[in-house]
Amino acid sequence: MDFDPKLCEAMGLRPEEAAKVRVLVMTGYGLNCEDETAAGFERLGCTVERRHVGDLIVEPSAETFSRWDVLAFIGGFSFGDHVASGRVYANRLRYRLGEGLARFVDRGGLAVGMCNGFQTMVKLGILPGLDRTEGALAPQQASLVPNERLGYYDGWVTMRADAKSPCVWTRGVELIDLPSRHGEGQLVYGSKEVRTQLQRAHQIPLCYVDEAGEATTSWPQNPNGSEGGAGALCDPSGRLFGLMPHPEAFLYAENHPRWRSRRDAGDGRAWGEGVSLLANGVKAALSAR
Amino acid sequence: MAIHRLEIETRPDLTDALATRTCARLDAWLQVAPTQLRTRRVFHLDVRGEDGVELSAGEIQEVLEALVDPVAEVGSVGMLPDPNFDAGVALAVGFRPGVTDTVAATVRVAIADTLGRVIAGRVYSSTLYLFDGLTEAQVQHAADKLLHNPLIERASISAFPRALDLDVPSAGSPSTPAVERVALRDAEDEALMRLSKDGMLALSLEEMRAIQSHFSTLDRDPNDAELECLAQTWSEHCKHKIFASSISYQDPEGTRTRLDEGLFKTYVRGATEAVERDRAEAGIDDEGASFLVSVFHDNAGVVRFTEEDHLAYKVETHNSPSALDPYGGAMTGIVGVNRDSFGTGRGADLLTNVWGYCLGDPRHEGALPKGLMHPRRIRDGVHAGVIDGGNHSGVPYSRGFELFDDRYAGKPLVYCGTVSVMPAVCAGVPTHEKPVSVGDAIVMLGGRIGKDGIHGATFSSVELDEDSPVQAVQIGDPITQRMMFDMLAEARDRGLYSGMTDNGAGGLSSSVGEMAEFTNGARIDLAKAPVKYPGLAPWEILISEAQERMTVAVPLEHLDTFMALAERREVEASVLGEFTDTGRFEVCYGDAMVCDLELEFLHEGVPLPTLQARWSPPARESTDQATLAALVSEQGIAATMGRLMARPSIASQEDRARAYDHEVKGLSVIKPWCGHRSDVPSTASVMRARHGRSEGVVLGEGIHPFYSDIDAHAMGHACVDEALRRVLCAGARIDRVSALDNFCWPDPIESDKNPDGAHKLAQLVRCCEALYESCVAHGVPLISGKDSMKNDAYLDGVRISIPPTLLVSVMGQMEDVGAALSLEPRAEGDLVFVLGHTRAEFGGSEMCRMLDRWSDTVPRTDARACAASYRAFAALRDRGVVKSAHVVGRGGLAVALGHMTMASPFGICVERVPGGLEPPLAWFSESTGRIVFTVSESDAAEAAALVDAHGGECLGSVEGSEEGGHLRFLHDTDGFGVGADALRASFKEGLHGL
Repeated sequence: MDFDPKLCEAMGLRPEEAAKVRVLVMTGYGLNCEDETAAGFERLGCTVERRHVGDLIVEPSAETFSRWDVLAFIGGFSFGDHVASGRVYANRLRYRLGEGLARFVDRGGLAVGMCNGFQTMVKLGILPGLDRTEGALAPQQASLVPNERLGYYDGWVTMRADAKSPCVWTRGVELIDLPSRHGEGQLVYGSKEVRTQLQRAHQIPLCYVDEAGEATTSWPQNPNGSEGGAGALCDPSGRLFGLMPHPEAFLYAENHPRWRSRRDAGDGRAWGEGVSLLANGVKAALSAR
Repeated sequence: MAIHRLEIETRPDLTDALATRTCARLDAWLQVAPTQLRTRRVFHLDVRGEDGVELSAGEIQEVLEALVDPVAEVGSVGMLPDPNFDAGVALAVGFRPGVTDTVAATVRVAIADTLGRVIAGRVYSSTLYLFDGLTEAQVQHAADKLLHNPLIERASISAFPRALDLDVPSAGSPSTPAVERVALRDAEDEALMRLSKDGMLALSLEEMRAIQSHFSTLDRDPNDAELECLAQTWSEHCKHKIFASSISYQDPEGTRTRLDEGLFKTYVRGATEAVERDRAEAGIDDEGASFLVSVFHDNAGVVRFTEEDHLAYKVETHNSPSALDPYGGAMTGIVGVNRDSFGTGRGADLLTNVWGYCLGDPRHEGALPKGLMHPRRIRDGVHAGVIDGGNHSGVPYSRGFELFDDRYAGKPLVYCGTVSVMPAVCAGVPTHEKPVSVGDAIVMLGGRIGKDGIHGATFSSVELDEDSPVQAVQIGDPITQRMMFDMLAEARDRGLYSGMTDNGAGGLSSSVGEMAEFTNGARIDLAKAPVKYPGLAPWEILISEAQERMTVAVPLEHLDTFMALAERREVEASVLGEFTDTGRFEVCYGDAMVCDLELEFLHEGVPLPTLQARWSPPARESTDQATLAALVSEQGIAATMGRLMARPSIASQEDRARAYDHEVKGLSVIKPWCGHRSDVPSTASVMRARHGRSEGVVLGEGIHPFYSDIDAHAMGHACVDEALRRVLCAGARIDRVSALDNFCWPDPIESDKNPDGAHKLAQLVRCCEALYESCVAHGVPLISGKDSMKNDAYLDGVRISIPPTLLVSVMGQMEDVGAALSLEPRAEGDLVFVLGHTRAEFGGSEMCRMLDRWSDTVPRTDARACAASYRAFAALRDRGVVKSAHVVGRGGLAVALGHMTMASPFGICVERVPGGLEPPLAWFSESTGRIVFTVSESDAAEAAALVDAHGGECLGSVEGSEEGGHLRFLHDTDGFGVGADALRASFKEGLHGL
């Protein structure tokens, strides 16, 4: 897909620069958000490669991921979320590609995971990645469990970004509307210490808010009942980021449920705000080069 | 052979979500409340190394640790300790032997991943409920009513302390399958019919005789598999005999005519051919770029969209399986139609799903015939099945509806449809073509074959009764299917195969039998087909409807590459045989001949009788208009409107709908739910078809079964009319609309058991006449369709038949989704118009159904006049004058204005009564052909000119509202006004908590 020059300009990206950012979109096994995730980065001018994980695990090595600047862990239902969301996929990545992933993190690579991708990153230990030792992934320190109201729920949410978070993906974001759709999005922690450590280090970059803009546990503004409205995690460096909602499904202004009335009210944005999270990652990748 | 048991439960300090949900359901359904409940997931591992060596204790522990979430769960090899309950009762629910167990299949993958080597054997999953405070009898009751379906699951109950349960539902038998001859040649009529009924063949005496005489000329008896193959191919489900047969028809005037060509050729294909001629004459399409790309002969209809892409659309029904196992039946409905839509041409990318259900009233009280599930349980299961099937496949839904009537309690109607986007050209060949050649390999890929789904095609061609086969039920596996689609799309783009079709009804016998027509022959060896368990007879392998399978034609030069790609993508593929030009469908099992049929006899040999249709509606007394007006006035408009908004067929089903993904793919523009609070059902849905492009697909539908109680002709018109109006409201190009027809009928063949069959067939004739008239008038071609003709249940001495039901699904196109319109009023001061005449038409209306009054004044449609009106409306809309638009449909203007009121923070002030009708009735008329729309005051003259020319009036205006939205009627003597919140309360109350 061609990049969108107006979008690049609005996001402060020079297309010839953005083209240097190489993004890997990993597909297969029942994951299903590859089109929109790839389109999001492509419209920003990045060089996107879609690769079936089945092709990556044929000859795994420590350098499997060294060609890429950004890894996208996309949404979907890897292995049907049977057993638990993301678990079987995370195991496969750990057993077959764990070394390459650790090396990618060691050298400061960027990664984003949406929904099933977020669940997978958490179960892999990539997020929140506390006290990680070089050359290895951290143990699993948190989890995403069934929504407090059991069952899948599709609706838009409003999230507030923590301005003090080290997360590079949410920089400059204050409030953002995003589509949310999942059955297992309740964030729980391995211990109180983990929770305290994450709060202290501002590693919960986004939380669900109510109409007054306050963090909430009330359904449906918070679709899963996560404590404190937590809807995302980043690692201590802020380069690795995962969230339950789907910024990649808000690439166009017309994705917003009230796009007509927003336009009637004078909002002239020709793109969806979900793109801004992706653009932040691209900018961080550029400044890291 | 060691079997290992693993138990996993949620960490005790976290919420056990399944337990919480189960308690809520037990309370709502059975008013039973356990004092405590915990749930556990249980896996039985009957696995070992490929070499037969058992797993070590350490390996089993490793597997457990790979499956348990270290943060949120605890698990154990063997049993976890039971909780400290006063009087614990355990309920274990697992699958019956041979039923698809997708979770177990994934656990098997996880075991191999964990141990890093190939494993042999099986895994079985189950759920364990641990109750406290309930007796064993109460738990048994809960299991029967709510927690398991004995057709597919088994339940066992035991009091604490539990014993270690290592029993697994292993399936299959070691006996060698054999081919049997069926002594047909010398059989008398009675014996023929017994063979048909006992064998679930659903063949009539004439058909059995035709088979008998065919084999007599061959001088041999048929094999079991040949008879089964013919029964599947000739089934009503596959052959559409009622639509193909000639009909002797006596119309309402008593005139008898003969439809020699049958309904399909005369009216359905006839309409499309007439539209195609009209389009050609009018020069609508560019030379060599006909709108119709592929219609009627493939799995889905295909129309032109952009230079790069075509659109394919198919809507299916999955009624009979959903009656027996609502969850599995409905799930196979959605994943099955995904296969149809994907398997069109050489493959199309799935874009979006639609669903719709006609069900018994979920509030049903009182007795139901033995053997029927409560409509509420059917509803729960149907929703859950389509939710899981759609969500796990990564396909969003765009449209959904529910209609309720107790006549749907016998067989629920479960509609599932899928739109897909087909690249116009793949690997240099037009994608809608299937250039299969003699010598191409026949490859089956996807799931394995089991006894599931045997006789699905024939079963759905008869009424539901006590003898209905349990094995007709299948369970879908959307992940296996998704992995198969991903692999096939890659292979398609690389040009690795020449044709494909899905394995649905009739299994391999249908898919290979149909594809054989490309080259005039096919030969397969069933011994090469992968089976789920041993012991399947060849005929079972041939006709099994086990899910997630496609049959693909692969040229020999690509076969190695194709098979290697399948292996790398972990998709099971098997070469079964090859395409030939022998004119025969030849099937063997190793050395044994199983089936050797002439294609011509297989496909053309079915005898078609002349069917009898006679219009003879039962006489009923019609309530006059004055009485209806008095009944409404008695209650007042406000109360009537409130009650109407809460009617199950009108009330919000958002509670359910939000469990369906409608955002995946990131292409949505007008979602199924709209308005400033996103809680009003959209007039039509709009989505982009590809990323980075502005073109959109617009979907809408029309379904009015209650009009068929008076006249199916009125129903036929109303369905096309409403579906078309919906997509026009949202912005569809008027010259690029196509439609699908889905007929669901009660048995229209007269018999002793079915004395009014000839009238039901006459209703079908009249419905088809209307469908033809309407499609031709509007220039809307029918591109695909489906009929389901035996929607009757005969149980416990009670017969329940559905009302004749037509669903028309329309697909429109637009060039720029930024111009899409929704139904909500947009600014104070805008004017509200209704286009089209409001008449005293109440027959079959929601108001009459609510008042329990019969009226024969069914809404009638002048399709030619409507066509002119819609062209004028579309022209006004395309000039940017129309700011919002909504159809007037079920419930009339009351519901349409109600939707608009709830959708915006503005008020609507209605100053005039349309149609010169009595005020209380005018709002509830369901006259067709009407669109409510808003325009700026400055455009009032243009809108007025439109309604002056085509009927309608300015109703009033949009105004500010202090209460966040309201609707008021100025003319009304009782000064009726209602707030949006009050309307919303009624609207949400109807199905709340059900």
